[in-house]
Amino acid sequence: MIETYVPLIVMLVVGFGVGFLFMLLSEWLGARRTTDGKQTTYESGMIPRGTARDRFSIKFYMVAMSFIVFDIEVVFMYPWAVQLGTLGMTAFWTMFVFVLILFVGYFYEYKKGGFEWD
Amino acid sequence: MNWYNIVFYLFALIVLVSAAGVVFSRKMMYAAFSLLFTFFGVAGLYVLLNADFIAVTQIMVYIGGILILIIFGVMLTSKFTDLEIKSGTTGTVQYVLAGISTIIVAAALIIMYLNVDWVQNPVPELESTVKPIGILLMTKYFLAFQVAAILLLLAFIGAAKIARRK
Repeated sequence: MIETYVPLIVMLVVGFGVGFLFMLLSEWLGARRTTDGKQTTYESGMIPRGTARDRFSIKFYMVAMSFIVFDIEVVFMYPWAVQLGTLGMTAFWTMFVFVLILFVGYFYEYKKGGFEWD
Repeated sequence: MNWYNIVFYLFALIVLVSAAGVVFSRKMMYAAFSLLFTFFGVAGLYVLLNADFIAVTQIMVYIGGILILIIFGVMLTSKFTDLEIKSGTTGTVQYVLAGISTIIVAAALIIMYLNVDWVQNPVPELESTVKPIGILLMTKYFLAFQVAAILLLLAFIGAAKIARRK
């Protein structure tokens, strides 16, 4: 079974290798003519303002926390989905209760206005 | 030394070096990014232990979620870029006591490593661990599965309570 991971390792090695190679190549071959425009932070065409090293809003934390909760929910769903055919309706209702419990949190969050940005 | 051992030592090296990076870096952000490689290396070790489901979960939940949460947590703190991490108490007495206790623990571990008769069972060849996990979660560990849901609910409500204090 472990042999099936060999392509993954090859991909990792090639990925790291190509990444490092291109970095080194651009370092060796690239011309160094710096202008003010080239030295500016790339902000998708916007002119950058202020500092990036600032405190972030707590709202980002809420988004990350919601993401983790639903991420773990999906992790539990995956082995369930693979076996649903053999386990039948009992497994369906088990997962229904699982999702229902998490839905309470979702509803609480919704009522508290957690999904509104401002 | 076969290639299995080479891959194992490679991942073990990644874990140890990056974990040292977490402990020794003076900047919180560098420590958080170093933790990424620790999680990744541990995922690799899980793969070598035939635990494919845990390995994928490790990458999805720890690298994709927990680490982002830690980095957000760092960015939520004020002046995180200028903050120098220092240990609170330093002094000769502390150094000597810490040194002695470290030597005792290290000696105990080395003695145990040398004396235990390590049994090396051949690893059973599993197709995939996902199917057995699915069956066990729905039958034998049904209650633990539902308790996990309640734990997630608590985490969710707790986060909402902290983030929205109006």
